[in-house]
Parts: sequence; structure tokens; C-alpha cells
Amino acid sequence: MNVDSITNGVVIDHITAGKSMRLYKLLHLGDLDCPVAMIKNVNSRRMGKKDIIKIDAVIDIDLDVIGYVDPLATVNIIRGGVLVEKKSIEMPELLVDVIKCKNPRCITSNEQELKHVFKLTDRENKVYRCVYCETKAGI
Amino acid sequence: MRSIIDITDLSITEIDALMATASDIITHPDDYADSCRRKKLATLFFEPSTRTRLSFEAAMYELGGNVISVAGGDNSSAAKGESVADTARTVSTYADIIAMRHPKEGAALVAAQKSTVPVINAGDGGHCHPTQTLADLLTIKREKGSFEGLTVGLCGDLKFGRTVHSLINALTRYGGIRFVLISPEELKLPGYVKNDVLKKNGIPYEQTTDLAAAMPSLDILYMTRVQRERFFNEEDYLRLKDTYILTPDKMRSAKPDMCVMHPLPRVNEISVAVDDDPRACYFKQVENGKYMRMALILMLLKEAGRI
Repeated sequence: MNVDSITNGVVIDHITAGKSMRLYKLLHLGDLDCPVAMIKNVNSRRMGKKDIIKIDAVIDIDLDVIGYVDPLATVNIIRGGVLVEKKSIEMPELLVDVIKCKNPRCITSNEQELKHVFKLTDRENKVYRCVYCETKAGI
Repeated sequence: MRSIIDITDLSITEIDALMATASDIITHPDDYADSCRRKKLATLFFEPSTRTRLSFEAAMYELGGNVISVAGGDNSSAAKGESVADTARTVSTYADIIAMRHPKEGAALVAAQKSTVPVINAGDGGHCHPTQTLADLLTIKREKGSFEGLTVGLCGDLKFGRTVHSLINALTRYGGIRFVLISPEELKLPGYVKNDVLKKNGIPYEQTTDLAAAMPSLDILYMTRVQRERFFNEEDYLRLKDTYILTPDKMRSAKPDMCVMHPLPRVNEISVAVDDDPRACYFKQVENGKYMRMALILMLLKEAGRI
């Protein structure tokens, strides 16, 4: 299967196979007007299989979201058909309004306009917990 | 300006200092009778409470201060839908310090973020209850002399029991402790407390459903109530509520100096007949709670430059 290369845009590469849809949703890529291609299960020498997302416009990507969902992914900025920048991805210490706390007993469930904040509590096991109720986030 | 939301907001050194102050208050109450003169504590209790609210209020009065109070969310603007943030911001213009209980987990943290005076978490749903832990620690310290080498049995609702989670967190930091976790399968200690606190710190523990078998090894038996308000399903509550009932008969196999504790209120998990046993320490816990709250109020008001 072929997807055209992009001239100006963003390529999120080396996404763990199966995680591209989660990224697509959390990055709100469905709200974009430009062409967006999500390619799943691409053969990869390093990873076996991987997902790729191509966005046909240079937009600001929330790297914290990528760091949370898949810190091993890479983000490449393409201008004039040339790779001009590789963004480094790290697991963020704090996630603000990226995911919602699902604990119905949490204050975030009924406090007006309270931001949903998750803190990285275990880097090794990629565990984020709600700062209010300490409920573990599900990736 | 600092608030106390979780027991881990206090270092071991600070907890030791609070216990020292509390002990001094017990010995020399008159020295503290005017410590908080003309200062106001606001007690905001959006969930039922007898002990904790009265304990905070008694603590402030014994320090020579005054108390303003909301008891029950139905009597405040919370019933009209006011947010915790707005409530905290408003009340902090009236009071020098706030003690708050709220059914939602994390409510005290939200209050602390917006308040201009120190906030003490007096219980946020099933999450944290740091001043109960301070009461528990002072009780153990006074009854046992130190925390070193104790085998602590925690019995009942270890899943939703906030007092248990906080106590484990605190005792773990002192080290030299062994835990016996006694609960029905459905109310076992959550995995994150076991992994993040016990295993991470190499604290030995065993899990069992058998209270009678665990009794002879315990230095402390910390009983908890199965809390109706934490269940979404009444059927589950009814099935589990009477799993453990401590009776004089069960106490026969316990060490002669074992200490029975309970954060109260009890429903029927400790028979009234146990109250006369000299090993029953739960009403001492209540009293110790007041002294630790006095020490904490003093510490926070001093830190905030209000006394």
C-alpha cells in the first residue's frame, strides 16, 4: 500500500503497532481540515510492525500526548520535502487535560472547570495517577 | 503557605516534632491555652462526622482560638452547587486555617489550591485522612514506646479504608515494621499500595482472611469498619459487613500487651464487651487525635506567620 510522501507536514513514525488510533483521538487529528493518513501495521525492521501518522500541514503537535501514549515514537517535521527537524519525545511529568479521570468518586467528576491532571508516578512501568484521587490512568 | 492533604506531606522529622508537641500539650495544657488567641478555625464538613469535627473544634478551643463551622453540605452553598474552589476561596477570607471533610476524593487538594490560608484534609472520600493517621501514630508511640519491630495487623476493609492506606504509608517510612493484612478477598489492600508502598520499600507483609490465626503474632490490631458509603451495591455491603467481629473470646489468643485500635465509628466489628479489656485503645486514639490536631494547627499557623 502506498501513501504519498508529504511536502510540508508532520510525520509521527515508529508508533507501536495498534496505538495510532489512540494518538489520533488524543491529538484531536479528526478536527483538522488538512489530509491526515493513519497507516497501521507497517512492516518495520526494528519493530516488526509499526504504525505511522502523516499530517499534510505543519501544525503544533502536543508532544506530551505522544510521550504519554508512546514515548518511543518519533516526530519528524517536513518542509519543502526535506526533513528539517526531529522532535525528541519524553514521558511528561504532568499530563494536563489530556485524559480524564474515570473515578466517579474523584472531585474532577463534579468540580466546575477543574483541569484533569495526571502525574507520572512510576516511569519504569509508565504509570500515571490522578493528582486528586491517585486513580491510575489507563493507556 | 502549606496545607496538609496527605500524611506524606509531612516528613518523619515533622511527625516526630508533632508528637513531641502533642506530648508536651498533654503534660502542660496551660502553656498552650492562649496560643491561638483571636485566631479562627473554619471546619467545613460536607460529609457526616462526629469525632473529627468535634476533635478539630475542641483542639482550637483548647488553644484559645475560635471556630466557625459548616456541618453538612445541605446547610451551605454547596447545596446550591457552589464549587469547592469557590467555597475555599470564600472561607479563607474569614478564617486563619481550614479543616475540611468532603465526600469527593481530592476535594481538599482543590481547596488548598484556592485557599489563602492553610487547609487540613479532614477526610476526602475514601482517599486520605492524615490527622487520623497522626492520632494513630501517637497512640502507637504512647502505648508501645516506639515503632521498631512491631507486627501490625490491619483488619477489615483494606480496599476502601483510607485510614489503613495512610497508616501503612506512615509506618513504612519509620521502617522495622511487619504487616499482616486481614480482609475478605473482595476488600483486599489495593495493588498500588502493595506495590508502590510495601514492595517498593521492602516491607514484609502477609495476607490472610483468618483473623483468629493471625491474632497471636500481633502487637497491634487495627480494626476497620466496612463502610456502607463506599459501596455502589448494597448487596455487597450486607454480605461483607460482618466478616470480622472482635470478641473477648478472640482476644484470649492475643498477646497480653497487644493494642486494639479502631478509627471509629464502629458498627459491630468490635464487641462492646472488648471495651473493658485494658488492651482496647480506641478511645485513647480519639483523645490522642485531639492533641495531634492541636499540634498540627499550631505548626501550620506558625509556618503561615499567623501566630
